[in-house]
Amino acid sequence: MKAALESVEISLTVNGERVRRSVPARLNLADFLRNELELTGTHVGCEHGVCGACTVRVDGEIVRGCLMFACQSDGCAVDTIEGLSDSRELEELQSAFVLTNALQCGFCTPGVLMAAQALLRDEPNPSRERIREYLAGNYCRCTGYQSIVDAIEAVANARAARSGR
Amino acid sequence: MSGFDEVTKELNFDSPNSYVGRSVTRPNARRLAQGRGQYVDDIVLPRMVHVAYCRSPHAHARIVKIETKEAAAMPGVVRIVTGAEIAMVCKPYVGVLTHLQGMRSPPQYPLAMDVVRWQGEPVVAVVAQSRAEAEDAVEAVDVTYEELPAALDAERALDPDAVVIHKEFGSNLCFQRTVDTGGVDAAMTSAHLVVEDTIHFGRHTGVTMEPRAILADYNRAEESMTVYHCGQSPHMMQGIIASRLSLDEHRVRIVARDVGGSFGIKIHTYGDEIAACALSLMLARPVKFAADRYESFLSDIHARDHRVKARLALDRDGNMLALEIDDLTGVGPFSMFPRSSGVECNQILNLTGGPYRHKEYRARGTVVFQNKNMMCQYRAVGHPIAIAVAEHMVDQAAAKLGIDPAEMRKKNLIPDDAYPCKSPSGMRFEALSHHQCMAKLLELMKYDELRRQQAGLRKKGVYRGIGLSSFIEVTNPSPMFYGVGGARIAAQDGCTIKLDANGSIIAATGVTEQGQGTETIMAQIAATALGVEMSCVKVLTGDTDKVPYGGGTWASRAAGIGGEAVLQAGLALKRNILEVGAVILKSNAADLDIVDGKVVKQGTEQGLTLAELARICYYRGNELPVDFQPELVVTRHYRVKDYAFVFSNGAQGCSLEVDTDTGFVKLLKMWCVDDCGRVINPKLVDEQARGGIVQGIGGALFEHCLYDDRGQLLNATMADYLVPMAAEMPDIETAHVETPTKTSMLGAKGAGEAGTGGAPAAIMNAVNDALRPLGAKVTRQPITPEVVLRALGTVR
Repeated sequence: MKAALESVEISLTVNGERVRRSVPARLNLADFLRNELELTGTHVGCEHGVCGACTVRVDGEIVRGCLMFACQSDGCAVDTIEGLSDSRELEELQSAFVLTNALQCGFCTPGVLMAAQALLRDEPNPSRERIREYLAGNYCRCTGYQSIVDAIEAVANARAARSGR
Repeated sequence: MSGFDEVTKELNFDSPNSYVGRSVTRPNARRLAQGRGQYVDDIVLPRMVHVAYCRSPHAHARIVKIETKEAAAMPGVVRIVTGAEIAMVCKPYVGVLTHLQGMRSPPQYPLAMDVVRWQGEPVVAVVAQSRAEAEDAVEAVDVTYEELPAALDAERALDPDAVVIHKEFGSNLCFQRTVDTGGVDAAMTSAHLVVEDTIHFGRHTGVTMEPRAILADYNRAEESMTVYHCGQSPHMMQGIIASRLSLDEHRVRIVARDVGGSFGIKIHTYGDEIAACALSLMLARPVKFAADRYESFLSDIHARDHRVKARLALDRDGNMLALEIDDLTGVGPFSMFPRSSGVECNQILNLTGGPYRHKEYRARGTVVFQNKNMMCQYRAVGHPIAIAVAEHMVDQAAAKLGIDPAEMRKKNLIPDDAYPCKSPSGMRFEALSHHQCMAKLLELMKYDELRRQQAGLRKKGVYRGIGLSSFIEVTNPSPMFYGVGGARIAAQDGCTIKLDANGSIIAATGVTEQGQGTETIMAQIAATALGVEMSCVKVLTGDTDKVPYGGGTWASRAAGIGGEAVLQAGLALKRNILEVGAVILKSNAADLDIVDGKVVKQGTEQGLTLAELARICYYRGNELPVDFQPELVVTRHYRVKDYAFVFSNGAQGCSLEVDTDTGFVKLLKMWCVDDCGRVINPKLVDEQARGGIVQGIGGALFEHCLYDDRGQLLNATMADYLVPMAAEMPDIETAHVETPTKTSMLGAKGAGEAGTGGAPAAIMNAVNDALRPLGAKVTRQPITPEVVLRALGTVR
């Protein structure tokens, strides 16, 4: 208990900005982003690494913000939905999501977008089955998933067409 | 004005300028996609503190002693409060609707008083500077319990030796109702065939992605309370919080901004939320309660725990003669306030067999108390059970008589030209389209081809099943749903619409948005009524200080009731605008119209923009005649008057494969044909159907709140409680039949719940269709691999 409450100095980059904070050792990354940095686009749905709503990017890889301690992100580069929206990196996916109505309440959406962007980076041409399989770590209670698959597939197809594949 | 009235009576929703019927995208979706939504837990107020609850670890126990001294000394702790202290500022509530005759439930307090009656019931509130500190202190609160025997099994709740949860009632009976047309026994006796079965439906819950949350901010100087609430019915909450905490209702403001999924879960009175409001009153500072996932599973309402015995009588040709059901459900230790926990059972009695032609019907419903979490209304209340029971019986009879299930439905569904008519349970139907929907469904499914494919694969030992369901759905409820039973829940809804000084339109509506697209369709309707671009329209929802008094969003009422209010308000504003236009253009209002945001003489394109008209009205009134006052704000209300409910209907189909070795069910495809009257936004209706169907799939195949024999919920985590995931879900094909209701000019019926209502029936029928050649049958949902293997006799 005592060790968990001890403060740890951390220094990291969040959405390209340098951040220094003193945080309790037990504070998880999602709560750090939400409560300390007011980046509330990262959502907390289960706090045990299942629902995927808190998915963020740490040093280029997607992670569960609720399963990583803030102090573990010391020295890392963290990207959240706010940063990737401002940099327009997610714009094509976001537009496709809006067009196919791949979100309703929007609570899972930032996490789903993080996962979708990672999938398309590693596998530019996934099948619908592969997209469905990849989203195994992201719960959505509103859409039934089909429109999410449609949106990701549409972006993959558009990118493939542009690159002449 | 007669010319204008004639025009509006025949408002043409098919005209090129109409937004009604178009799949426009949702303007508010972009904000959510960028993570710029604002859910309750995102809101931080000055001096805000957090509450966490010490909850009962027992299903039934007496509270012997509460020791808080150690907890009070923990870092960050502001205050620790027991049930008795909360009760000093908060009146108890009773979850009974008077029109459900004989229903009873004792007064309920936000926190347990002397006895805890379900595992997870809040007992002690700990307020601290952060949620984490509050949780730390909860661990240090020492409550001594004397465990009591618990009443858990609904089947035994009324036994003479059962543990009686509320001694003053003498038994665990909450509510009982019988419907009887009188001739069931005679019909059963003379029938060619009577099929019977007992079907069990598992308890499950909504699992909204955003757990319940509330932020109450009491201002002692104003004696006002502002509550940020993730909910569906702001005015209902306003009334409840004001009356329970003895505040002036007009000084209580409920703000519901973005809501992360609701599905009926966030429309009830939860003790932990009311206690948070009471704590804000006591501390005179903002108090936030945000449930964690464990608390959600333990305390969000559960639903669907029903056992239904059914009998269906038919003649030699397969015509249905009589249906009898006996429904038993355990709803937890109290009836939920204010909607009551009797409604799901009541709906099952009202709806079972509703699509069919049989004349005789007898139904008995029994609702009992038990020491589990409370059950109440969750998306499609009662429908999944009512529909699955009737559809299962129809399929059982069809199989016995050697009639194809599709043929069986064609034979027995109420003919499309028989409306208006009344069901044996007394439901009045305005105009339904069962046969059109079924025909369209079979075409969409390529039913005959599927059957041929199925037969071919069976020879290879592959067990595919095809399932159908026909259904009705309660939508657009009148005051007969809640108001008549004494609940302060509005059935009417209103819209205040105005032309602003810059020519834009602002429409405030009492119905709410949880992502289904309410704000979008209201903008479509307003833009169509007024003749302006949709981008000129801003829609306001979810704030009791800013929107007309309304019911919010439940029972698929937002489009049909809220939408009609917007339409009527829009037309009334248009009339006022044309009057102003007539004055400025020195013309007759009847000769004018609004086209593309301009007041024009009908048939011409030249005219006065609304921006210019508004400029004159707001800034240059000196240019108007002295005896003329423009009114650019109007309010209109709407309620359903002619029917208790405006029923929608539809049909669903399912194709799946059962692995007879493992018991796993693989969904291959689902189809849905829905008749929700006038379709305002086809894409959004389709997505309601898809999302709804997937929740129905959850109940049919996966979701189950599992309790052990001491009343402990065994799977209260997202890892253990299974919800539908992307990989297991099939693609879902949708189509529409449009039978606009004549109860409104808009003609829209609800579309939010039909998917959830119809899917479990189609799935169970498909599983049984697959298992039939093996002589096996499932009658229990969720249809887990274990249920399938038990049906096959592989597991005993």
